[in-house]
Amino acid sequence: MSQHDHAHEDSAAIAHHHDIHSELPSDPALRVKALESLLTEKGLVDPATVDAWVETYESRIGPRNGAKVVAKAWVDPDYKRRLLSDATKAIGELDMLGNQGQHMVALVNTPEIHNLVVCTLCSCYPLPVLGLPPVWYKSAPYRSRAVLDPRGVLKEFGLELPEHVKIRVWDSTAEVRYLVVPERPAGTERLSEEQLAALVTRDSMIGVAKVKA
Amino acid sequence: MNSIHDMGGMHGLGAVRAEPNEPPFHEKWEGRAGGIVEVMTFPENFPGDRFRYLRETLRPDLYLTQSYYEQWLYVAEQILLEAGMISAEELRDGRAGPSAAKRNDAMRADAVWGFLHDRAHTGRKLAEGPRFAIGQRVRARNMQPDGHTRLPRYARGKTGIVTRHHGGHVLPDAHAHWQGPAPQHLYTVRFTARELWGEAANPRDRVNLDLWESYLEPA
Amino acid sequence: MNGVHDMGGMHGHGPIAPEQDEPLWHAPWEARMFGMRRGGTFPPGFNIDRWRHVRELIPPYLYLVRSYYDHWYMSYVAALLHSGMATREEIKSGHAAPGTAKRNDAMRPDQVWKTQKTGGVFARAIETPPLFAIGQRVRARNINPTGHTRVPRYVRGKVGVVQLHHGGHVLPDSNAHLQGEAPEHLYTVAFSMRELWGPEASPRDEALADLWESYLEPA
Repeated sequence: MSQHDHAHEDSAAIAHHHDIHSELPSDPALRVKALESLLTEKGLVDPATVDAWVETYESRIGPRNGAKVVAKAWVDPDYKRRLLSDATKAIGELDMLGNQGQHMVALVNTPEIHNLVVCTLCSCYPLPVLGLPPVWYKSAPYRSRAVLDPRGVLKEFGLELPEHVKIRVWDSTAEVRYLVVPERPAGTERLSEEQLAALVTRDSMIGVAKVKA
Repeated sequence: MNSIHDMGGMHGLGAVRAEPNEPPFHEKWEGRAGGIVEVMTFPENFPGDRFRYLRETLRPDLYLTQSYYEQWLYVAEQILLEAGMISAEELRDGRAGPSAAKRNDAMRADAVWGFLHDRAHTGRKLAEGPRFAIGQRVRARNMQPDGHTRLPRYARGKTGIVTRHHGGHVLPDAHAHWQGPAPQHLYTVRFTARELWGEAANPRDRVNLDLWESYLEPA
Repeated sequence: MNGVHDMGGMHGHGPIAPEQDEPLWHAPWEARMFGMRRGGTFPPGFNIDRWRHVRELIPPYLYLVRSYYDHWYMSYVAALLHSGMATREEIKSGHAAPGTAKRNDAMRPDQVWKTQKTGGVFARAIETPPLFAIGQRVRARNINPTGHTRVPRYVRGKVGVVQLHHGGHVLPDSNAHLQGEAPEHLYTVAFSMRELWGPEASPRDEALADLWESYLEPA
């Protein structure tokens, strides 16, 4: 059987199982509760492990990580150089690599170039530096329009870029993950690295916003 | 408009389920809906192509799940609402508002047969001759109108051969948006399956599309 | 697979409408589903590429209406059913069939941080040198596999310029179907908006995609 035929049969067999939904309630809360109960009974999940995953992304991993990377790049030109030449290594220096962020590329925004990140095919996102993605990032409107009409998308976020700015939209089709380094706002010359990091928003590291002083 | 209706080449929509001896209408209401939409009084000079466009504006998940005649009802409602011939409240209540005057010019039953057999022609005489000749290689343009078009995404940028010329026909891209018939020369263009789908496609298969002159450029 | 998930360039999905100060979870069940997917046991050999493909096989109308973590629910259930790790009755009832042995190898809480820290490395050393160089013009091939792929429809047949070379990476088209990692050179390719969407698009802006060597040919 050719590779193509195998994939086709495999997909058809899996697709068949999605038809269970006509037999299940539409309310996800009920279904998820039943699933956790079933998996626990079968020893396929430990509820305490579920708690630990939730707690990890509630408290230990979030956009404050990415903000630290950005602030360091703003104050330390050598770090910025390292970040541009090998973001995986540079982010690793801050111990911020992890699942869905093991292969990193930093995209520096300038007055001439504005970078924007999307995953049109699903929801790929640099979890270790930004935490979990917002609903809008994972939803059809953003996924469909970011590559087609980035200026229109940015307008919806209240950001209008002048005509001469070149927009580069990065579609995360592989396991490479992209972190936008937004422009440092004017009037922040006297702020410490920590104070600068506090200004950097998650949205600015996706590329749908600029950082405000 | 690059919406879900533009389905050519999509996977995942399941098996074709052909029903043997399928009746014209599966439920009585479908027949009523079909009839209403055919013979109801439309806004003056309503462009037929706008019907298709309005259907394309249906929310994608509803487009996939609502049955055909449900979608016709949705479109009929949009047509009457946008022309102000009914109000949202009247639609919700299923009753004419208190101040609504009753018209007396609805199509009569004895006019139906003639109506169905005497449809508006989309053919139009054009002063300018056709740009493309039979046998000529043409490329379908890469365009992304967010309004109505009849150039499917799967053909955009692809090269084929003109096999027929149908003369001038009303252009849906204009007509659907109240811009008048704006007729253009219409052609049948034949594409190889490989041109459309790549080397893995059958080398003998062909897909033919009817494409207006503004959809095409010389190749 | 040309599924409804392949959304780049589509119209009709409505406004983005971002929620201000959005909470991490919109309901407690979302957190539970997240934790189950990250901490639960999957069939032997299951990998993230297969997970993505199982999700792509969700019926299109459900894909469009069900929320994100509900996609995770549907995908995990399909994987369990397909592998025989659970039955339909068990899924419906939320209880294991009588006499089912309880496994004792589920991920433990103390393993969570390390899994998060070290998991998901997809770079692989490969012997063959890269076919393409930074700055080279390449064309994304027009391939339309029914199985999993990461070349979106909107770039197929389009010409771009290689910007980055990432070395060897696991190939999803193979890995998703448990056919082995089959790593290939991975590149980031920049396409001008005009190349993608036609002459009316921005003359300056670009879209970039990460594409494996077998997705590309010299241009």
